[in-house]
Amino acid sequence: MRVRLGGLPTFVLLLGAVYCLFPVAWVLVAATKSTGELFSTTTLSVGSSLVANLAELNGYRGGVFWRWMANSALYAGLGALLSAALSGVTGYALAKYAFRGRALIFNALIAGVLVPAVVLAVPQYLLLAKVGLTDTYLSVLLPSVISPYGIYLARIYAAASVPEEVVEAARTDGAGEARILGSIALPMMVPGLVTVFLFQFVSIWNNFMLPYIMLGDDGKFPVTLGLYTMLKQGNTTPALYTLVVTGSLVSVLPLIALFLTLQRYWRIDLLSGAVKA
Amino acid sequence: MAPYAFVAPAVVLFVLVFALPIAYTVYLSLFRTEVRGLGLGRGSRSEVFVGLDNYVRALTDSELGAGALRVLGYGAILVPTMLGLALVFALLLDEDRVRARGFSRIAIFLPYAIPGVIASLLWGFLYLPGTSPLNQLLRELSMPGVDLLSPTGIYFALANIAVWGGVGYNMVVLHTALRSIPRDLYEAARIDGCTPWQVAVRIKIPLLAPALVLTSLFSIIATLQVFAEPTTLAPLTNSLSLTWTPLMKVYQDAFGRGDLYSAAATSVLIASVMFVISFGLLRVTRSRAFGGER
Repeated sequence: MRVRLGGLPTFVLLLGAVYCLFPVAWVLVAATKSTGELFSTTTLSVGSSLVANLAELNGYRGGVFWRWMANSALYAGLGALLSAALSGVTGYALAKYAFRGRALIFNALIAGVLVPAVVLAVPQYLLLAKVGLTDTYLSVLLPSVISPYGIYLARIYAAASVPEEVVEAARTDGAGEARILGSIALPMMVPGLVTVFLFQFVSIWNNFMLPYIMLGDDGKFPVTLGLYTMLKQGNTTPALYTLVVTGSLVSVLPLIALFLTLQRYWRIDLLSGAVKA
Repeated sequence: MAPYAFVAPAVVLFVLVFALPIAYTVYLSLFRTEVRGLGLGRGSRSEVFVGLDNYVRALTDSELGAGALRVLGYGAILVPTMLGLALVFALLLDEDRVRARGFSRIAIFLPYAIPGVIASLLWGFLYLPGTSPLNQLLRELSMPGVDLLSPTGIYFALANIAVWGGVGYNMVVLHTALRSIPRDLYEAARIDGCTPWQVAVRIKIPLLAPALVLTSLFSIIATLQVFAEPTTLAPLTNSLSLTWTPLMKVYQDAFGRGDLYSAAATSVLIASVMFVISFGLLRVTRSRAFGGER
């Protein structure tokens, strides 16, 4: 007798989906609860305080939460944009020109991929402290702009997607190198650079240690660091737990929206180096 | 001159953000502060060269050793679980008969977009005895509750957060690799009488080996860097010390105790371990990476 196989595999996949969506569903519900309800009612029963919680979050220390959100958007948005641009230009140069020092630069960059950013954070702090740049927006932005990994991806992508003949034809027509880069090569690399942007956006938004080390003034905090400091104070002020939960929901919603809108641009195949020309 | 102009900004930033800090850390790791007299006033503190002293102290530091062991234990739970689940999900996504594929794929990948700190906050509340749905369920069934924030439970609590955040990403990498396998291979196997299970075990998994090596190494490296999750959970439990992982100890040494020299030596040690592992990754992947260049 042949058993139909559609059932069990579908069930297992859906189980995985439920596991992954559960905390998101939980925070949606928990954000509706007052502090009392958070610790007393059944986990998935909806509370009545969503609006009150949002109002309280909005008013918390003069609206500092929104400042944190704006900071996160600035660090991740601007950082990833600059990073994608820098990766595109550098990756194209490394892929399409044979020049002295190319191998050296590329190997140094690869070594940079291998050195974990987390280990670098402390010495970066020390060095920036020497020049008085710690506790500034730049201290978080600068280290985020250079991404050896992004350059690596851009190089692979440039090699695969910018045909040699097109570059040669432009040269024959008398276009300068900068012009070829700006109006021919980079536009052809846009799908790959979108991937670099997305990876860099997520990794900057996720980066906890760098701002944790660099920043002292909480007006410059990204939202993750801000919520962490609130959680730490929750030990003595349990009402803050409600705000942390509500804040988590509000901070995650734009990320989820961005993710769902852009998820078809995630070119994971780039990662495995499996790009076909 | 064009290529030099194009790579110059990256090279300058690279030197500032990577090369100089690394050199500075190595330099610092060879020194120590010497205090003369009461340690007050100018000139009473000076940097003295101590050679490999800081390294010897780091390597014989019992707390650092314990931290390294804790990370190993955490990784031993995390890496096999995450990759095992990712492999199962990827194979299931690749089956023609499975339904709700698009939905499951996005749902399982979704946690990747959520920062580790936020993930830890959410799971932290799901672990807290007062708010945990698991314990509520167990209470209803009159069974004893589990404390995932206990000294043993914390390994599973942390591993779960990382599995949750990373399983979808690895699933997508593996699924992408699966789709590049020519489908006539399966057709031939089916005609030869292979069941889908046999096709998965005898054809798909062996062909996935390079992708599995790659995802394993990436996961191991990410595991060694764990910092945000235990730091975020620490306010919720006494099971997590401020030096629970080696990186947390680096932070404590540098900013809690103000001993930059020890922190630098420990950083260099951690970086070396990662470099050795990453170098393995490079050897595995580099041969396939570059085609179509001049």
